[in-house]
Amino acid sequence: MDFQIAMLLGQDGVTNGAIYALLALALVLVFAVTRVIFIPQGEFVAYGALTLAALQTGRVPATLWLLLAMGGVAALIDGIAAARSGALRKLPGVAGWNVAYPLVLAGLLYSLPLESLPMLVQVVLALAVVVPLGPLMYRLAFQPVAEAPVLILLIVSVAVHVAMVGLGLLFFGAEGSRTPPFSEVRFEVGPMMISGQQIWVVMASVVLIVALYQFFGRTLYGKALRATAINRNGARLMGISPALAGKLTFFLAALIGALSGVLIAPLTTIYYDTGFLIGLKGFVGAIIGGLGSYPVAAAGAVLVGLLEAFSSFWASAYKEVIVFTLIIPVLVWRSLTSHHVEEDE
Amino acid sequence: MKMKHTLLAAISLAFAAGAAQADINVGVNVSATGPAASLGIPEKNTFALMPTTIAGEKVNYIILDDASDTTTAVKNLRKMISEDKIDVVLGSTISPNSLAMIDVAAEAGTPMISMAASSRIVDPVDDKRRWVFKTPQNDAQMSTAIVEHMTNAGVKTVAFIGFADAYGEGWWQQFSSIAEARKLKMVANERYNRADTSVTGQVLKIVSARPDAVLIAGSGTPAALPQKALKERGYAGKIYQTHGVANNDFLRVCGKDCEGTFLPAGPVLVASQLPDSNPVKKAATEYITKYEAAHGKGSVSTFGAHAWDTGRLLQAAVPVALKKAKPGTAEFRAALRDALEGSKEVAGAHGIFNMSPTDHLGLDQRSRVMVEIQNGGWKLVK
Repeated sequence: MDFQIAMLLGQDGVTNGAIYALLALALVLVFAVTRVIFIPQGEFVAYGALTLAALQTGRVPATLWLLLAMGGVAALIDGIAAARSGALRKLPGVAGWNVAYPLVLAGLLYSLPLESLPMLVQVVLALAVVVPLGPLMYRLAFQPVAEAPVLILLIVSVAVHVAMVGLGLLFFGAEGSRTPPFSEVRFEVGPMMISGQQIWVVMASVVLIVALYQFFGRTLYGKALRATAINRNGARLMGISPALAGKLTFFLAALIGALSGVLIAPLTTIYYDTGFLIGLKGFVGAIIGGLGSYPVAAAGAVLVGLLEAFSSFWASAYKEVIVFTLIIPVLVWRSLTSHHVEEDE
Repeated sequence: MKMKHTLLAAISLAFAAGAAQADINVGVNVSATGPAASLGIPEKNTFALMPTTIAGEKVNYIILDDASDTTTAVKNLRKMISEDKIDVVLGSTISPNSLAMIDVAAEAGTPMISMAASSRIVDPVDDKRRWVFKTPQNDAQMSTAIVEHMTNAGVKTVAFIGFADAYGEGWWQQFSSIAEARKLKMVANERYNRADTSVTGQVLKIVSARPDAVLIAGSGTPAALPQKALKERGYAGKIYQTHGVANNDFLRVCGKDCEGTFLPAGPVLVASQLPDSNPVKKAATEYITKYEAAHGKGSVSTFGAHAWDTGRLLQAAVPVALKKAKPGTAEFRAALRDALEGSKEVAGAHGIFNMSPTDHLGLDQRSRVMVEIQNGGWKLVK
């Protein structure tokens, strides 16, 4: 192994690590605010990528039907609840977000010439279909059991994951897809060939991380989420709705997941079940950060990416073993240094 | 509650009565979901195209999905044997499931025709494997075809990259032993996972070993990943794939990076290019016409053709067995087994089957051709 190969492997590791870092951040966020260990995080990666791929072949993505169905059910539940409590003025809002929005989107998708749209518009449309699934998922699966112990939330999370993988097979079929890169630009830096897409991935990750930092530090909603993460009951007493905090968190998690999917779709072939493994590697990063610290989680995820790249060179057959074995020393170290992970806040 | 019980009893009685008639019950175990779904789905579609009567007897196909899971495959088979009284079982899609089903099929004395590739399913033909047959070519037959093509093209050194599972491992063992016997030097042996997002490390190692040719042992679209990475790193040597990639989705995903790739495949892949004198051409074309009529042009895959061949064997064996016993009896199942073992010159979409008491596959070299990917399509190498 010479310097050139080490550079190439490092480059590959950082690109993958950037995606893992995004997912690790989303996992930490979801766990901190809602105490859900968000296993379906990876599914948003696959849904985002495959929805974009479907749009690019000129088909209306089947995820739209999921959005319509979930929106309809959520509208029914919320509508009945609002009508019973006599809060009729809530009804237009409920119907607007859950029914009208998906219908307008459906109208758009059927009337636009999907194939020939510029890529940016396709990406925005794909995100517009996939991201709202996040808050809807929270509304239907997690909000009814929001006060349950972590273990029950985890079990619900596993159930949602299995359901989403099954639906993914139904929507997208068993074969994978790849999308064209955002730009065909290539830079030669010494021995390295850096493709435009890799720059896109790393830049987008950095921008998202900075944006999240600003969001949590400077906006009212961001501060509300932080407050909920630190003390749920205290936050509630201050007038922060836990349901809203949950939906907002899942919105962000879905956005990060779907965007990661869109970013890596040109680099690799995405299948309906690819997301799980990617999410799991993000999870290893999040565990390194003790499911509590954002910077350590991001650094841990980049470490996972690098470890993966180098182990694929030295011992490709044992790559996954090496990556996932990393959890054990980390857990030992964490359990020796702290008694309760939650106290790391 | 009581009403419900009575109703249930009535329904199960009705079903039992249905099964007791002299219909032939064919159990089918396919992996239509899970990791092997891209193989299982075309197989499942194929069973819908099979004839509903053979030699004047009505045939019921009982199709269950084993979700690519070994335990489910065995459970499905037990269920079909005890509840549906099947006369023969077709399946499963993948080798681990098929291997697990052997014990159950042999115990019940039910003939089984597998659609999975591993040679261990039918070899050696022992007390249990007496009951087991299979339609896909052995990996050894395909390996030989690749090695032959490599030596003819003057290849001296070969690198291998395969799935980190039974498929990749099986190919490595078969291929490396045949290749080394023919004086090809193996210079790299790498593994990757179906769901990997990058194979840069493995590909760098392969490229730095400077092989004349690279064999990628993967199935379906995941096999495109190393090929794309090799091209990206400027690898200019020959690239070989296995017959696991022989479907149109692979061409769609791999695009122009796959031009000039060689692979061995069943003749059904290039049926229209076969000479008219080839006896496989007629059987293969019949399957393609039927499948494409139902599922659209270009939808056919070689995996579905393995399922079709199980049906061809059955259609040839059932009339023979019917002369000896009535369907639904142990005698019929034994007679069907004997008839399957005696299959002679049965033309399937993948080749001509000639079974014997020591060979429960029965395919010869007519069952494979070398194919090159040209202009985004499959081209028969003459």
